[in-house]
Amino acid sequence: MHDEAVAHEFQYASASHQADTAVAGMWLFLATEVVFFGALFLSWIFARHFNQAGFDAGAERSELEIGTINTVILITGSLVYSLGVVLIEKGKTRAFIMCAAAAWLLGLAFMILKFAIEWRHDLDRHMFPGADFGITGDLAGGAKLFWSFYFFGTFVHGVHLAVGLGLVAWVILRVWQGAFSAAYLAPVLVVGLYWTFVDIVWLILYPLIYLIGRAT
Amino acid sequence: MSVAEIEAPATAESYLEDGYTLRSWLLTTDHKRIAILYMLTITIFFFIGGIAISFVRYNLLEPQGMIRSAETYNRLFSMHGVVMVWFFLVPAVPVTLGNFLLPLMIGARDLAFPRINLLSWYLFVIAGCVLLVALYAGGVDTGWTFYTPLSSLYSKGHVALAAVAVIITGFSSIATGLNFIVSIHRLRAPGMTWYKMPVFLWSLYSTSVIMVLATPVLAMTLLLLTFERIFHVGMFDPTIGGDPLLFQHLFWFYSHPAVYIMILPGMGVVSEIIPAFSSKQLFGYKFVAWCSVAIAVISFLVWGHHMFVTGQSVYSALVFSILSFAVAVPSAIKIFNWLGTMHKGYIRFDSPMLYALGFIGLFTMGGLTGLYVATLAADVHLHDTYFVVAHFHYVMVGGMVSAYFAGLHFWWPKITGRMYPEMWGRAAALIIFVGFNLTFFPQYIVGYLGMPRRYHTYPPEFQVWNVLSSAGAAVLAVGYLLPLLYLTWSLLKGKQASTNPWHATGLEWQTPSPPPTENFETTPTVTEPPYNYLPAEALDRHA
Repeated sequence: MHDEAVAHEFQYASASHQADTAVAGMWLFLATEVVFFGALFLSWIFARHFNQAGFDAGAERSELEIGTINTVILITGSLVYSLGVVLIEKGKTRAFIMCAAAAWLLGLAFMILKFAIEWRHDLDRHMFPGADFGITGDLAGGAKLFWSFYFFGTFVHGVHLAVGLGLVAWVILRVWQGAFSAAYLAPVLVVGLYWTFVDIVWLILYPLIYLIGRAT
Repeated sequence: MSVAEIEAPATAESYLEDGYTLRSWLLTTDHKRIAILYMLTITIFFFIGGIAISFVRYNLLEPQGMIRSAETYNRLFSMHGVVMVWFFLVPAVPVTLGNFLLPLMIGARDLAFPRINLLSWYLFVIAGCVLLVALYAGGVDTGWTFYTPLSSLYSKGHVALAAVAVIITGFSSIATGLNFIVSIHRLRAPGMTWYKMPVFLWSLYSTSVIMVLATPVLAMTLLLLTFERIFHVGMFDPTIGGDPLLFQHLFWFYSHPAVYIMILPGMGVVSEIIPAFSSKQLFGYKFVAWCSVAIAVISFLVWGHHMFVTGQSVYSALVFSILSFAVAVPSAIKIFNWLGTMHKGYIRFDSPMLYALGFIGLFTMGGLTGLYVATLAADVHLHDTYFVVAHFHYVMVGGMVSAYFAGLHFWWPKITGRMYPEMWGRAAALIIFVGFNLTFFPQYIVGYLGMPRRYHTYPPEFQVWNVLSSAGAAVLAVGYLLPLLYLTWSLLKGKQASTNPWHATGLEWQTPSPPPTENFETTPTVTEPPYNYLPAEALDRHA
């Protein structure tokens, strides 16, 4: 792809035709992702509606501080990547690499905080809804449901973020090699859309996990 | 387009001659080759699903069951359902004929994302392998619907493996749908406006919208189910406050629109064949085109009609019932338009037309009996009986499989460059029609009399209907094996096909049979409306 950076596949009329189509394809893919996560959020809210006290008892045990720090980390990551896109459009390739690398490190920081620290705390406190679940009594059922959704939801989000980390790393590498530049930006834009979308999913998970249960 | 252009000699190398190695097939990004790969794969699954149901029909010859184990029987019909729905019917027309024809019909050289197209085939193959592992390990006993809490808590089958297989094939179908939508929007040849597109493309577009917007819900639902089953945490477990009915709602939110994923492409195929073999314009083109879209939209709003007896609110049941009647309207409009097309046409009864006529008759039967089960009061009696089984087999098999065979015969010369033996084609079409009716018509009766589905035994008074049905299944099996034989034979010995053997309109008939890798030597410019058939007398029909 390096030498023919501005070339295009034979079904397209021009390189810009191909680039626009790639961006359109990513938007449509994100629509499918909205529906994918939509089913999760619907199930989550539906289950909470019928088990509110239990859900809230479960949500109180979530790690609000880590969750909040992670939220800041993620949206900052999106911001820097987007800044990088503005810069590479102006031809500032090195600045883009700095930005994308910062976004990548922020994503990694989220993963470490989430899975190496928060999940370990949760598991140490017997929050996994198995046989030795840490909450007992009347509210145990609803609390179990909450923690089922918690582990499931954060896992599925984590998988998406891991894919994003791989994609951003690939973009950094290809920009570094000179394959992507202001003349051929489509992959940079497409990955940026995906990267930002993963944050938007988190912006719905964050209140579902940490905030709603504490409101009452 | 003039007749002279149609008969332009083939000069460019065909896509079949573009490399003969295994690698040139397995790493191809040519939509035509990927269509062939898909065709081979779904044929294998069609026969796996068929073998499973042969044992089921064998069992039902005797009231106490020829197979003594109810557990084995449950696994057989479950595997039949899972394989046939997700590994044959849902992909059937889009990934084979759709993949092959969509770029040709819009005048493009390939789909928008050829590598994603290949990826979708690999996902499909991986999913198929996972399913075969599940099958080899003992299969599932939940039915194709995976209802909780049986599937999540009690089933002894390999539910998690089968569910993972379905999730993966779901992503394959999302990839296909995404590719089709983007290609239709972005890659149409100059002059190919929306209203110049063949109806087949409108139906593929509508199908793709459903694939893209409904399948993710199924993926999430089955992921939740798999998670619950593996870790024994109860998202759908009523003992801790979960709701098994939530699973049914989510499942049918995908699986009802999926019924239209299965039938819409079939309607598209028939809309191409009827005008071609009546030598007439498609009657009411815009109505047929927009009815596909209408069906796709309404299909998202009718899932509750699968749950009339679950205790859902009477008011929502009423709304679902009314909307289910509404979805029949665009389907009926299409049928009248096909009949209108044939009216006073010069009709040729070649094999594709025979299959297409079979489609119209059988789909009408399936559609009309759908209204019985969409009626609240009637459904309480008919729910979970063989009447429902007969109803959806008339739509899925009588409708969709007939349409698939119709399309396969119609475009076979274009795909392979060979003509199939016409007499054998007609014979198979008739055998399938007879066998199909013999198999499924008795099921309407026995279902109406009250025989429930999914039991491996039944009261002795139902035996005569079951024996008739099993006899029909044997005829049907012969009917389905015949095309496998004569189509394979035609690859070696069939007559060379001309560019346009049926004198049909459409860009795919302007390029040589089989088409060159790049489809068109020069990108065509479209100036004429679709189905611009010359008057019948002007055609040299036996050229």
